[in-house]
Amino acid sequence: MRDDASPLCRGGAIGLVLVGLCVSGPSIADEPVQINVTLKDHRFEPAEIHVPTGKPTVLFVTNEDATSEEFDSTALRVEKVIVGGHYATIRLRPLSPGRYPFMGEYHAGTAQGVVIAE
Amino acid sequence: MLATLVIVFREVFEAGLIVGIVLSATRGMARRGLWVAYGVAAGVLGASLVAGFAGEIAAWFEGAGQELFTAGILLLAVVMLSWHNAWMASHGRALARQIRQVGAAVVAGERPPAALAIVCGVAVLREGSEVVLFLYGIAASGGSSAPGMIAGGALGLLAGGLVSAVMYLGLLTIPTRYLFSVTSTLITLLAAGLAAQAVAFVQQAGYGERMTGTVWDSSWLISDDSLPGRLLHTLIGYTSEPSWAQLLVYILTIGMILGSMRLVRWRNDTALRH
Repeated sequence: MRDDASPLCRGGAIGLVLVGLCVSGPSIADEPVQINVTLKDHRFEPAEIHVPTGKPTVLFVTNEDATSEEFDSTALRVEKVIVGGHYATIRLRPLSPGRYPFMGEYHAGTAQGVVIAE
Repeated sequence: MLATLVIVFREVFEAGLIVGIVLSATRGMARRGLWVAYGVAAGVLGASLVAGFAGEIAAWFEGAGQELFTAGILLLAVVMLSWHNAWMASHGRALARQIRQVGAAVVAGERPPAALAIVCGVAVLREGSEVVLFLYGIAASGGSSAPGMIAGGALGLLAGGLVSAVMYLGLLTIPTRYLFSVTSTLITLLAAGLAAQAVAFVQQAGYGERMTGTVWDSSWLISDDSLPGRLLHTLIGYTSEPSWAQLLVYILTIGMILGSMRLVRWRNDTALRH
């Protein structure tokens, strides 16, 4: 599985990224903010995600359930399947202030959340 | 069981609408039923494969595999729909005349609509893979009993098929004279909608993230998750909060298809005069 990348590879990758960050210097500020989200028992944690307005953000969603889920949001224009036990990165465009609801389409009864840009 | 019914109905209905349009747009053509059946069968097979390898596909292109894959098959459908409309621009009138002469019988000598078989395949692949992933999830978690899941799935399939069939029968009541104008319009809007959806997936993958501002918000009127919202989403690509990039591509796609149809007609007319 892809998740089982060897520690050496991972260490190398992290090192490379760090070097890249040092070299690129000022652009660090432009790197999108990453927010970790967990999906467990068909619920998002956190279910309320606060992001700064006008800046791209990345949601790093880990699906801890055995079942797949489809992250779905009309407001965020995202539709992405997250296979059970896997993770997915979800890119958010720079948002204007407001509430952007999202849900897990396969378990919409419980899997509900909202991104709040402020 | 209810959750299964709802999801299966929704996806079957969405794919069924497109298959219905394809069937009415190919009225009178030889072996169209067979070609559509091939397309649907290929779609079901593809859906199972895509669902089975969903984790692997998602990992392509540094995690943007799913978006680019979806955008790719959507754009394939857009090209096939455009091609069909251009082809109909030169054959439609003769075809309609022949259908009027021989009634509902098949017009001999017309080639099978291969392009639209691919469109059916893409529609079924896209919606079907969601169904497979969902059902597999239920089966794996044991959250719902197997009989409940099968009953819900069967009912959803039946209901989705029925609604699609009703729409197809409705399209069949259109007089032959107007039929191909109506189906050409439907296909143009369908293609534009798919192209606009592809834009969202490409941008989600991290490419060309420009013009991402929201043009309007009509979610208070028709939400994307409501039944009318889903119907309009499938038919004309409606979304309650489109981006400027989506709107631009939507309009460009319509312009491109109408332009190519006009070009084909013009070339036919000049060829006739000489």
